[in-house]
Amino acid sequence: MRWLPALMLLAVSGASAQVDSVEGFADPELDARYRDLIHTIRCMQCQNQSIAESPSVIAADLRREVRSMMAEGRSNGEIREYLASRYGDFINFLPPWKPSTWLLWMAPALLMLGGGVVFARVLRARMRQPMEKLE
Amino acid sequence: MSMERTKAWRYAIPAAVLAVLAAFFFRGLQLDPAYNESPLVCQAAPEFSLPDLADPSRRVSRADFAGRTVLLNVWNSWCAPCREEHPFLLELARIGVPIYGINWDDDRDKALAWLNEVGDPFVASAVDEVGDVAIAYGVYGYPETFLINPEGTILVKHFGPLTPEIWAGKMAPAMEAECAVD
Amino acid sequence: MIPELGQFALVLAVCLSLCQAALPLAGSFTGRTDLMLLARPAAAGQFVFVGLAFAILAYAFLTDDFSVLFVAQNSNSVLPTVYKFTAVWGGHEGSLLLWSLMLASWTLAVAFASRSQPLEFTSRVLGVLGIVSAGILLFTLLTSNPFTRLLPYPVDGVDLNPLLQDPGMVIHPPMLYLGYVGMAVPFAFAVAALLAGRLDRNWARWTRPWTIGAWLFLTCGIALGSWWAYYEVGWGGWWFWDPVENASFLPWLMATALVHSLAVTERRGIFKSWTVLLAISAFTLSLLGTFLVRSGVIQSIHSFANDPARGLFILGLLLLISGGAFVLYAFRAASLESEGGFHPVSRESFLLANNVLLVVATVLILLGTLYPLFIDALNLPEVSIGEPYFNFVFLLPMLPLGALLGYGMHAAWQKMSGMVLLRQLLWPLVLSVALALVLPFIFFGTNSFMTVVGLAAGIWVALSSLVMPLGRALNSDAVRLTRAQWGMCIAHLGVGLFIIAATVTSGYSVEQDVAARVGQRWQLAGYELEFRDLRQIEGQNFTADEAEFEVRKDGRYVAALRPQRRDYPVREVVMTESAIDATAFRDVLIALSDSVGDGAWAVHARYKPLVRFIWIACVIMALGGLLAATDSRYMRPKELRAGVKPAVGVPLEEGGR
Repeated sequence: MRWLPALMLLAVSGASAQVDSVEGFADPELDARYRDLIHTIRCMQCQNQSIAESPSVIAADLRREVRSMMAEGRSNGEIREYLASRYGDFINFLPPWKPSTWLLWMAPALLMLGGGVVFARVLRARMRQPMEKLE
Repeated sequence: MSMERTKAWRYAIPAAVLAVLAAFFFRGLQLDPAYNESPLVCQAAPEFSLPDLADPSRRVSRADFAGRTVLLNVWNSWCAPCREEHPFLLELARIGVPIYGINWDDDRDKALAWLNEVGDPFVASAVDEVGDVAIAYGVYGYPETFLINPEGTILVKHFGPLTPEIWAGKMAPAMEAECAVD
Repeated sequence: MIPELGQFALVLAVCLSLCQAALPLAGSFTGRTDLMLLARPAAAGQFVFVGLAFAILAYAFLTDDFSVLFVAQNSNSVLPTVYKFTAVWGGHEGSLLLWSLMLASWTLAVAFASRSQPLEFTSRVLGVLGIVSAGILLFTLLTSNPFTRLLPYPVDGVDLNPLLQDPGMVIHPPMLYLGYVGMAVPFAFAVAALLAGRLDRNWARWTRPWTIGAWLFLTCGIALGSWWAYYEVGWGGWWFWDPVENASFLPWLMATALVHSLAVTERRGIFKSWTVLLAISAFTLSLLGTFLVRSGVIQSIHSFANDPARGLFILGLLLLISGGAFVLYAFRAASLESEGGFHPVSRESFLLANNVLLVVATVLILLGTLYPLFIDALNLPEVSIGEPYFNFVFLLPMLPLGALLGYGMHAAWQKMSGMVLLRQLLWPLVLSVALALVLPFIFFGTNSFMTVVGLAAGIWVALSSLVMPLGRALNSDAVRLTRAQWGMCIAHLGVGLFIIAATVTSGYSVEQDVAARVGQRWQLAGYELEFRDLRQIEGQNFTADEAEFEVRKDGRYVAALRPQRRDYPVREVVMTESAIDATAFRDVLIALSDSVGDGAWAVHARYKPLVRFIWIACVIMALGGLLAATDSRYMRPKELRAGVKPAVGVPLEEGGR
């Protein structure tokens, strides 16, 4: 999770930098967006890793594809949609909002609410009960 | 009395949840989590135009195989399963099945040398330098083989080496059924 | 000859565990003391024979006995000796033997530490543990026998999976299993209480130290797993919400809730059915984890070889053991209810919120882990659920919990004034918000909403954990803290440090993927990296390309890093071995993945601030647990035997309302 555009921290730049190529963008915000995005795309060939962490050649190919789509100006949503159209929803670590995933996406709110209700009811019941003297 | 009854059933909830989970697990044991249905099956094969492996000044494109049922095989010279399936591909080519290749993540010289050594079953092989064609076809490993009908629709997308069993059991029926609309 | 002895030892262990399961339980229902007294010797015998079987398997590995199939599948003559030993648990069959050994160890400990408890109760506890042991041992013997022979036997073995040829492998599984399997103890205590139809504050006092013990091993085991994955698998990642990781984390969450719920049961004699439910659920989640890892229903980098037939057996065990316990709960839990009031601002109230929030987190993570399976089973198109979902879903209940934690530690039982509590903790609140706003600017030059929230939560928890020790240090007239209170403060301090470390490393890490060749240099987060050399090297059972990097800061030499790309010929596997320069406050990590032609290589560099603190914080948490588990009130069984009523733990029987 990178919540922060890596501003002054990102620097394959500066006078002493000379590499063949960088898998990234010169623009720090775009680069941060890219890094966040690749952590959420599945490496299809690996066992449950993202393309950001996989040493496989295919992961490198997919990263390149993501970069070229971002360079064309496509949004994260568009990139995910494109990949899902080729590989299925399976490639997205962030499941889409569809009827089959409604339960998944509504669960957090439902459970927090449910938890709140349980808490309130138990507390109310206990408030009516006697308190014994504690040693 | 009835108040106790209405409260008491709550204690059965955990057991009920476990029962439901167990049912799903039972079903899950019969499935294979690695298998994945591709969204490209029964869709039009994506367009492409790539340089030919043998002669880079020529292009190989989707138009080349229009009008025939063909196999499109994604391969390279270093993947072990590609070697495994190669004899069967040669066999298919010998009996007249048109096979087109996409050479991906490979070195051109090594690819040509390998084909020289083991035989070339391909009508033509395209070189996907950038990788976006393979990705457009939803390829995530090598080898992968596509069965494409004369109209250019993908009938089967098979991940892994192509074996006689897959040919007979998966591809032949698909040629008959022709993507029946459900 | 010797492996057959191992198999025989297993058979004897099965027999003894069946005795341990059936006879004491029967004795407890019929009042037959002679049967009940069989529990301890049966447990001891089971331990001896499981230990013997384990030792024999280890012997087979250390003597390169490739006529044993499991050894041939997981070892090789050139495998370094220490890994020949750890290979015992490097595959499914052997790891099951480790499972049994851990369970037998816990059972033995319970058998001998429980002399002050009523025989009827102890015989039920050991009986339930016997049922679990028998189940796992039968599973091992019938479907996963590590002593199966391979004839004709090969000249050499297939080698241990290279990912496992690593120091992490020496300690992570044993710790993890100690914790995971240790949840069977509170489970057994809970079932014994349900069988008796009652439980009292004594019960809570007996159960709590075992729970904390298993919890602290589990904490260490999970932390070790995270550390191992960090340098072995992910390039800088320390938690991936992988199904198998979740499988170990879910029992941990339940155990944490259990430890806290037990505190209320011990003090007030209430929350009894909550506590019992949590105890059953924690072990259920352990069994569930065992099922997920070994059955093949879920795809994960950690999975053992898939075998649906084995999966079916474990599912059966799950239904028998957990299902049985939940059904018993359905019938008996209502009779456990007891009265005991408390007000909105009270320790009970905070611990109730703690229970609720931890259960919500557990259910959400469980849902996310199992959802792909649900979808697949319903024939819907498959989905993947990963980091982005789990991070969101975990933070949702955990942030409120962090906020409440600080206050909860200082709340009085039954009732107290909210204003007093707020005032007592005003300075940590103010200080934590202020530091959270200011510190990131000082160290990193930037800030963001989530990092401020995370840091504030972490510093708040850490500071509020220090209030009591500081109070005592500044005022020597104040009452001395008990060991349990020290344990609480230190464990919660660990939690605070963890939150701080996780926030900082997540928010301020830098990742770079470049293609570079020898001679090139570039910057990473203020450090200069120079690619100095590339060479071929040979290890004991691998060949590798090794790169050498020099790391400098402001011109001064910091470290030399040598990442490798290894080829293990026997297993036909290629692995990347990252090189890390670690200090307490930051890691610099470099990994190679592939040659991209012409002498250039794909190099992956990472700067990870405060990442070591994540695991240091876990150790601190475990330390706090150790202190709490060894508090004097748990270590005075003699008083009970003498008939003296202990200070805490006046039994509230079912009639005592």
